[in-house]
Amino acid sequence: MIAVLDYGIGNLRSAEKALCWLGADAKLVTDPGEAARSDGLVLPGVGAFGPAARALRERGLDEVVEEAASTGVPLLGICVGFQLLFEGSDEDPGEPGLGLLPGRVRPLPAGVKKPQMQWNQLHRPDGMASASGLWGEIPEASWVYFVHSFAPEITEDTVMTCEYGGPVAAAAERGSLWGTQFHPEKSGRVGLAILANFVRHVESHRRP
Amino acid sequence: MQSVRVIPCLDVDDGRVVKGVRFVDLFDAGDPVELATRYDEQGADELVFLDITASSDRRATMVDVVERTAEAVFIPLTVGGGVRAVGDARRLLRAGADKVGVNTAAVDRPALVAEIAEEFGRQCVVVAIDARRCSSEGAPPRWEVFTHGGRTATGLDVLAWAEQCVALGAGELLVTSMDRDGTRDGFDLELMAAISKRCDVPLVASGGVGSLAHLVEGATVGGVDAVLAASIFHLGEFTVAEAKAALAAAGVTVRPA
Repeated sequence: MIAVLDYGIGNLRSAEKALCWLGADAKLVTDPGEAARSDGLVLPGVGAFGPAARALRERGLDEVVEEAASTGVPLLGICVGFQLLFEGSDEDPGEPGLGLLPGRVRPLPAGVKKPQMQWNQLHRPDGMASASGLWGEIPEASWVYFVHSFAPEITEDTVMTCEYGGPVAAAAERGSLWGTQFHPEKSGRVGLAILANFVRHVESHRRP
Repeated sequence: MQSVRVIPCLDVDDGRVVKGVRFVDLFDAGDPVELATRYDEQGADELVFLDITASSDRRATMVDVVERTAEAVFIPLTVGGGVRAVGDARRLLRAGADKVGVNTAAVDRPALVAEIAEEFGRQCVVVAIDARRCSSEGAPPRWEVFTHGGRTATGLDVLAWAEQCVALGAGELLVTSMDRDGTRDGFDLELMAAISKRCDVPLVASGGVGSLAHLVEGATVGGVDAVLAASIFHLGEFTVAEAKAALAAAGVTVRPA
């Protein structure tokens, strides 16, 4: 089972519905015990970093995510859920992130409209982490949907970028942790292909 | 890179898509989920559902339409009409909407914009503004905000109201020219350019599209981030793919269909 963590933030149904449409056994989960027994986790999220981080902690789901990271259970963070994996955000400097990925979340470059609320193209930068199964068969320059005003720094874990007033981190990967700044569940065929890759990965790493 | 979105708009009355001319004379244009699926296949970047159901006890119908759409269509969905409180926004977002549109209720009580932004993030809040030109010919242009589906004048200046909405927490503005809506004469480009210049959130232009050239003008002259149209798509005159091809041919960056 894939647990889509429900911590009361924004539209969480989309991720669940997209996974179910792909034939996955996915459901919204609020109970940390139930989430801890899942084969894979999706951490969605919209809105501001601080309230999302607080809501995750209040429900005890932060520990589930940390546990998954340390035991190698596949986890996909989406948008603010992706940002929560980092050390912290300039959006709410007082509220730490989960620190599972090194780096901080920064505002988008000056001189562009915020939020970036549009479709943009994914690029695989030279010299960055080799693209694993999750990004397999996603052609260079594929279009995906973004809605955000902040994004994680580009680090050695960055596997995809987009151009928006400069290069912006669009996806990162470290071990069993994946994250997308864009919304795969709202990115039509390309997004569904990425989610299908995640589902396949979860199924091949199912708990005994 | 900034790309321009093409957004079919579906006016939904009691679970059916309808289209009016100058805010009246409605005709039936089909099942919303069926149309949404077709537009997704044609390459629509996003969909807007506007609930124009008159009686509030039928609002549950819209939640059902949103749920069924979100199960079948995986592109962004904005739903407006009848959103008067944070609870209404929550219901639509939980059903699968990505953004909610507020219009009359925001004019009645501007704090609503801030409340929804606070609770769900400003990217969830689209303020829809119905604008009618009120300046006389030759005078500097001015537009007035109308509410209640275009029936009620508010005395508010559109540019001032748009700026106030952004300050309150609107993440996007959807501006409809009532003078042009349903006329097929093209967007009110002066209106769109004026708002685009004053407000730094994404702007969706609406009202008046009768040809693909109108969509191109909206992007190139109006400077908007997204172009919205209804009847040219519903009547089958043009597909979304044709609209995007026309924009691309004019040098506007779009996600190819």
